[in-house]
Amino acid sequence: MSAQTATPPATNDPSSTQQPRANAILKEIVNGNVLITVLAVFLALLIGGVLIAFSNEDVQAAAGYFFSRPQDTFVAIWNAVSGAYVALFQGSIYNFRRDDFVTAIRPLTDTLTYAAPLIVAGLGVGLAFRVGMFNIGGRGQMLIAAAAAGWVGFSFHLPWGVHLVVAVIAGIAGGALWAGIVGLLKARTGAHEVILTIMLNYVAFYLVSYMLRAPGLLQAPDQVNPKSPPMLETAIFPPLLGPAYKLHAGFILVILATIFVWWLLNRSSLGFRFRAVGENPNAARVAGMDVKNIYVYAMLVSGGLLGLAGVMQVLGTVPTGFSSGIDAGIGFDAITVALLGRSKPWGIFAAGVLFGAFKAGGYAMQASQGVPVDVVTIVQSLIVLFIAAPPLVRAIFFLPDGSRRRRRTTPIVTKEVEAK
Amino acid sequence: MSTSTAVTPDATPVSATLESTEIRSWKATIALGVFVVVALLLFVVLGRDGATTFRLSSESDVVQLADWVLPARSTGITVTVLLALLTAVVAVLTVAGSRLSARLRRVALAVSIVAFTFLFLLAFLAWAAAGESIPVTGLLLGTVSLSAPLIFGALGGVISERVGVVNVAIEGQLLAGAFCAALVASITGNPFAGLIAAMVAGVLVSFVLAAFSIKYLVDQVIVGVVLNVLVLGLTSFLYSTVLSQDTQNLNTAPRFPRFPIPVLSDIPIVGPVLFRQTLIVYLMYIAVIAVYIGLFHTKWGLRLRAVGEHPQAADTVGIRVNPTRFWNVSLAGAVAGLGGAYFTLDSVSSFGKDMTAGAGFIALAAVIFGRWNPIRATFAALLFGFATNLQNVLGAIGSPVPSEFMLMLPYVVTVLAVAGLVGYARGPAASGKPYIKS
Repeated sequence: MSAQTATPPATNDPSSTQQPRANAILKEIVNGNVLITVLAVFLALLIGGVLIAFSNEDVQAAAGYFFSRPQDTFVAIWNAVSGAYVALFQGSIYNFRRDDFVTAIRPLTDTLTYAAPLIVAGLGVGLAFRVGMFNIGGRGQMLIAAAAAGWVGFSFHLPWGVHLVVAVIAGIAGGALWAGIVGLLKARTGAHEVILTIMLNYVAFYLVSYMLRAPGLLQAPDQVNPKSPPMLETAIFPPLLGPAYKLHAGFILVILATIFVWWLLNRSSLGFRFRAVGENPNAARVAGMDVKNIYVYAMLVSGGLLGLAGVMQVLGTVPTGFSSGIDAGIGFDAITVALLGRSKPWGIFAAGVLFGAFKAGGYAMQASQGVPVDVVTIVQSLIVLFIAAPPLVRAIFFLPDGSRRRRRTTPIVTKEVEAK
Repeated sequence: MSTSTAVTPDATPVSATLESTEIRSWKATIALGVFVVVALLLFVVLGRDGATTFRLSSESDVVQLADWVLPARSTGITVTVLLALLTAVVAVLTVAGSRLSARLRRVALAVSIVAFTFLFLLAFLAWAAAGESIPVTGLLLGTVSLSAPLIFGALGGVISERVGVVNVAIEGQLLAGAFCAALVASITGNPFAGLIAAMVAGVLVSFVLAAFSIKYLVDQVIVGVVLNVLVLGLTSFLYSTVLSQDTQNLNTAPRFPRFPIPVLSDIPIVGPVLFRQTLIVYLMYIAVIAVYIGLFHTKWGLRLRAVGEHPQAADTVGIRVNPTRFWNVSLAGAVAGLGGAYFTLDSVSSFGKDMTAGAGFIALAAVIFGRWNPIRATFAALLFGFATNLQNVLGAIGSPVPSEFMLMLPYVVTVLAVAGLVGYARGPAASGKPYIKS
């Protein structure tokens, strides 16, 4: 233990802290961040494979006579693990067992459909992270947004196009307002946003549950179940690639939202203030920024994005009417997505697509191979864990401590070049 | 990305330096005012007729207390007036607070708020159960047992955060504890073995949390969140592949029986509530007291808090910061794991997927609500336990408002309380920051 405390980690290197940001990012990539990511995914899949093999009945049977015929066990393990991962791939990207390309590519569009709400929700959580806030309230914000958008979606009668826009705006506003309460209370009273968002999750859940149960509010007229009527045709996201695929036009909104968040954080004055408050609220206040208002604005934007995720669910994924489980745990998954994407817009986009693929493929894997879908959850969390700890991955694969050594050698090399 | 550690540090230095010049804050008055308006609406405008019977003892008690009958409407009106008066008192305290000594003012404020809470609850119960009877001991008994996992979780959170490691993984520790307790207790047939297994499971989750946050310097919130997901995935996976294959032998845990403590359990009200519980709840009493005394009155606690507040200073005087953190985070895991055992050795006797259902997050809220103090966190957890049990009791009686609003109430109250009464919560200064020895 004492040996571990005695070794100063890389962050102590003064050269790394004084570099401009873009430079540092470039270095991060050069220093094998991509390699670490690949290895982390590989490692997570490997552990997932161990679990799959462990739970497989054929493997268990073959392991019973392991010492008489060990090859049987290895064959069974190979069959179980490869079968599961092939099913995962076929369910999420490309099903090469189909005859024509049109049906074979369908899993990829499913992946993007699942990814759509994950990405926008991840953007919302990630944006809050950048301002130094932890928004666990995705569930509540999504539910309120879904209720608002759903209500507009099934009860208003508006022309095609206008209806969809109004419903989307209503949903975003719902999510933004619900999160805005948190921002306002945090700014005005100093209440901790973690408590507030958790509590408002429950409040939203019961509020929406009540409205779904009360006839005349959100419940379908001829229903006993707490479920809303289906959305009207004019309010549903139109299919993006024709009726053969589930992928809906909401995905365009997802791309626009990612661009918007990137612009907001990296190119706008408000985004600069967001990041400044996130880095150091005291310094931001000294610099003349109204930190309290920044918290409110950040929660509004974050909630709006999570609201958009709720809209995706209600007008895109399940337009046949919603119940109080419409959020489908996306509000919590979004935290993992944001962490995997390191709170950067395009990182979150990629992480969301990856998680969407796992979601689409996980169900296929469970259906065809009988492997519980929970393996996917394990693999996802392991990926985030390994990516967050590059030294561990390096240690496992006996890689040299790349970042530190290279950082030290590079300046020396440049100096020599300059000297010549 | 130091997320939950950004606990509005802007407010604390101001109040610290201006200790002598009292800052007038209208938050408490406003919060109480909101509750008075709620009381006015519920108890007076929507007042209900009928008398509510508060049953203070059950048939089996040695000492029988007479039932307490309150007419709902007049109780509601009286209480609303009293609440308004108390709010006025708080307002006066806010205006004229500077004339009183700080201590007197604080005590007066606390007494008013406690009285306010009690009166509001009384009127609410009278209103909600008008015409019916409320088993008071049953309500409180359930409160204590339902709070047990939350209190264990909150204690784990307090220890971990006081030593400087943010513990978002309480949920994971609870779930792992519940799973291992069910599995080991079912195999061995011995609930004590299950209890130990739960502690070990909590420690294992803590090991990962500690290793990643202390050795690999990963953001502690990230590790915590991810660990929750990982434990959820692992337990669900093992549940569907292992436990559900042989439920009889692997997922039928023996439960701890209720064990009334001889003399003490015969005290009216207090006896049945506190001393007719299971072993896990008695362990909880010990844990709360031990953590409180340990943190504030022993060398261990002093070192622990020093490491959490100012690791560099602690290091200077020879405390080994990272080992201290590692072992205390592990201890926190053991405590939280005990809370997990409540689910499978006390509440029900088998494990179910995601059976903790967010209890760890409620415990996390209790830690912050209780401002990182074990006693206050315990009371915060008891509040949530009370709310949960109130739903059960009122659900059985049949309440006048839609049940969803009943269910929502504790969370709304928490929001108001956190916003109005607790305010700026300041965690341990170095919580969430890895210590790098230079």
